[in-house]
Amino acid sequence: MGIYSFRGGVHPKGYKELTADKPLVEYLPKGELVFPLSQHLGKPAIPVVKRNDLVKVGQLIAKADGFISANIHSSVSGKVKIIEHRPNNAGIMGESIVIINDGEYTPFEGVGEKTDYERLTPREIIDKVKEAGIVGLGGAGFPTYVKLMPQKPEDIRWIVANGAECEPGITCDDRLMQENPEQIVEGLKIVLRIFPTAKAVIAIETNKPKAIESMRRAVGNDPRFEILELKVKYPQGGERNLVHAVSGQYMESGALPASLGVIVDNVATLAAIYKAVALNTPLYERGLTVTGDGASNPGNYIVKFGTLASEFVNDDEGLKPGTKKIILGGPMMGVAIPNTDVPLEKRNNALTCFLEDDVEKAQQKLTNCIRCGKCIRVCPLGLYPQMMAEAAEKKDYERFIKVHGLDCIQCGTCNYACPAKRPLTQLFKQMKPAAMMYQRAKAAKEGKK
Amino acid sequence: MSGSALLIITIILLAVVAFLVGIMLVFTGNKFKVEVDPKETAVRECLPGNNCGACGYPGCDGLAAAIAKGDAPVNKCPVGGAAVAEKISAIMGVEAGSIDKKVAFVKCSGTCEKAYDNANYIGINSCGAAAAIPGKGTKMCQTGCLGLGECVSVCEFDAIHIVDGIAKVDRTKCVGCGKCASVCPQHLIEIIPDKQIYAVACASQEKGKATKAQCAAGCIGCKACTLVCDNNSIKVEDNIAHINYATCVQCGKCASKCPAKVIITRREAETA
Repeated sequence: MGIYSFRGGVHPKGYKELTADKPLVEYLPKGELVFPLSQHLGKPAIPVVKRNDLVKVGQLIAKADGFISANIHSSVSGKVKIIEHRPNNAGIMGESIVIINDGEYTPFEGVGEKTDYERLTPREIIDKVKEAGIVGLGGAGFPTYVKLMPQKPEDIRWIVANGAECEPGITCDDRLMQENPEQIVEGLKIVLRIFPTAKAVIAIETNKPKAIESMRRAVGNDPRFEILELKVKYPQGGERNLVHAVSGQYMESGALPASLGVIVDNVATLAAIYKAVALNTPLYERGLTVTGDGASNPGNYIVKFGTLASEFVNDDEGLKPGTKKIILGGPMMGVAIPNTDVPLEKRNNALTCFLEDDVEKAQQKLTNCIRCGKCIRVCPLGLYPQMMAEAAEKKDYERFIKVHGLDCIQCGTCNYACPAKRPLTQLFKQMKPAAMMYQRAKAAKEGKK
Repeated sequence: MSGSALLIITIILLAVVAFLVGIMLVFTGNKFKVEVDPKETAVRECLPGNNCGACGYPGCDGLAAAIAKGDAPVNKCPVGGAAVAEKISAIMGVEAGSIDKKVAFVKCSGTCEKAYDNANYIGINSCGAAAAIPGKGTKMCQTGCLGLGECVSVCEFDAIHIVDGIAKVDRTKCVGCGKCASVCPQHLIEIIPDKQIYAVACASQEKGKATKAQCAAGCIGCKACTLVCDNNSIKVEDNIAHINYATCVQCGKCASKCPAKVIITRREAETA
């Protein structure tokens, strides 16, 4: 396979050099830990511990509620301080379990026990993934076990390990591929046990030669594996782009990758699958990149869920002076956080700190849309951001849905390319849930008729 | 043919065509005439013509048709109020019935001074956009008025304005159409009876301590109001007081007892 690219996209500066050489370091939390019950897409989990209960590392503290939901496990050993409303990192107050760390990290019974996954049936593997509370670690937080149960498992032809990491500044997946490639390969082998006829494809952007090299070595000459090199372009790691890369077909509007026989999982998710199935360790920690000119200690960390963001961005004297903006996630897709006392959870892959606020600067340069069509040219999905923005500004849901606004992945590419500095993605972010609600209400109304 | 003869022929020809078309129009006009209820036209003339949609019908024409058919009550137009209802009832020959004027009320009193700030908001200047991102605007309080004026932009009666960081309703201009209430992403605007003097200007469901840390003018759920109320018209649910407007006798005891001063009178709601 040659170097794959896709239609559209932009070339933001990588900014990866700040942390690319920093190995993943395990970070031990200093303060109390906060576990929001909603760390994933879907329904919040239900707590199974009470106040003053003693918990251990890897112990289940909240169980999934419904099909699209995920279990939550404690990342430390200690005592449950309280279950109360705390702000999660989306700024929303939500029920959270607060745990006081005893600093001993006593593992829960059975955690870390080796299991021979070759003897497990596909059903048992899926159950283990579900039990471990694994969700997509790329950012969306979709429960992984649901992805592993497509309607027609025999039609799945490719399992894609997404190591593109196209977002500027983030290097934690890169480091994971360099340091623990065997975890990813083993994870893929476990998934291949569910889909015996499928092929595993590891997709990496060419700006990570070391990761490509290390994955090549880990794969060896297993014929079921293939390394797919991707052109350096944003948003190369978008699910739809990867599906096109392996299947050669474009996904239809509203379709799932499984419809073209593809399952895409982030490399970190696959490593988590390996840990859950082979080492009996639930998902309670993940890689996190702390970067940006405002970061006091830039680097890659293995963060235990529930650790407050302030522990990473503050040094002994608090925030680095002059820090204007802290973004949870990368600069393209991340969201700014109002304060740093928010817990880090399953979906967070980076903390980006800026000394300058580019949004403020962009807003000063904001001018009217001149319909130059740049946004249309760069949109990786081939949408018409300009028309979507027009509909969004008028709150015209009907029109927004008609111009396929609901297919928008909010990657921020149109924003990046817009010469008039229009806040396109922000508009879509606001419009998408509202339009979905409108659509549901309309469907319900028509159903009644 | 000379020029003048051509001119005369043209004029005659055009006159004949115009005459024939005229006859045809009269004929088709009579044949396909649509009967319009004279009442509907009369009712339509009484209505204010804002086409605001507050009645729930598609504009004033829609309401006029519904009233003329008898599908809608004569006092359905909230904008026109009693005066319009009276005129329409005269046309329809029915009793106007009493109508309670309703007005919008903003359940927040966290002005720039009283509500503590948490972060800078830089982004699209609309409440919807601010509410969609973490932190919800500048204020620490997550339930309060964002003060970016989505309600102001939809009001057709110039009855709501952002004063000192929160939305304020001008009760004399407000007609209670509810447009502001429908766009408020925080669901802070309530349509209450105009005769109601006292209302709770807070919507925070946080516990007392948390509310106090966020805003100097927040309901702390202390239940002092419920203790002084003579007829159980005020209740505290989810750490926030609610007044039952149907049974409230406007005695004002709750307002005088409220330690956080969040139960305010209509005058206070207009000019803080």
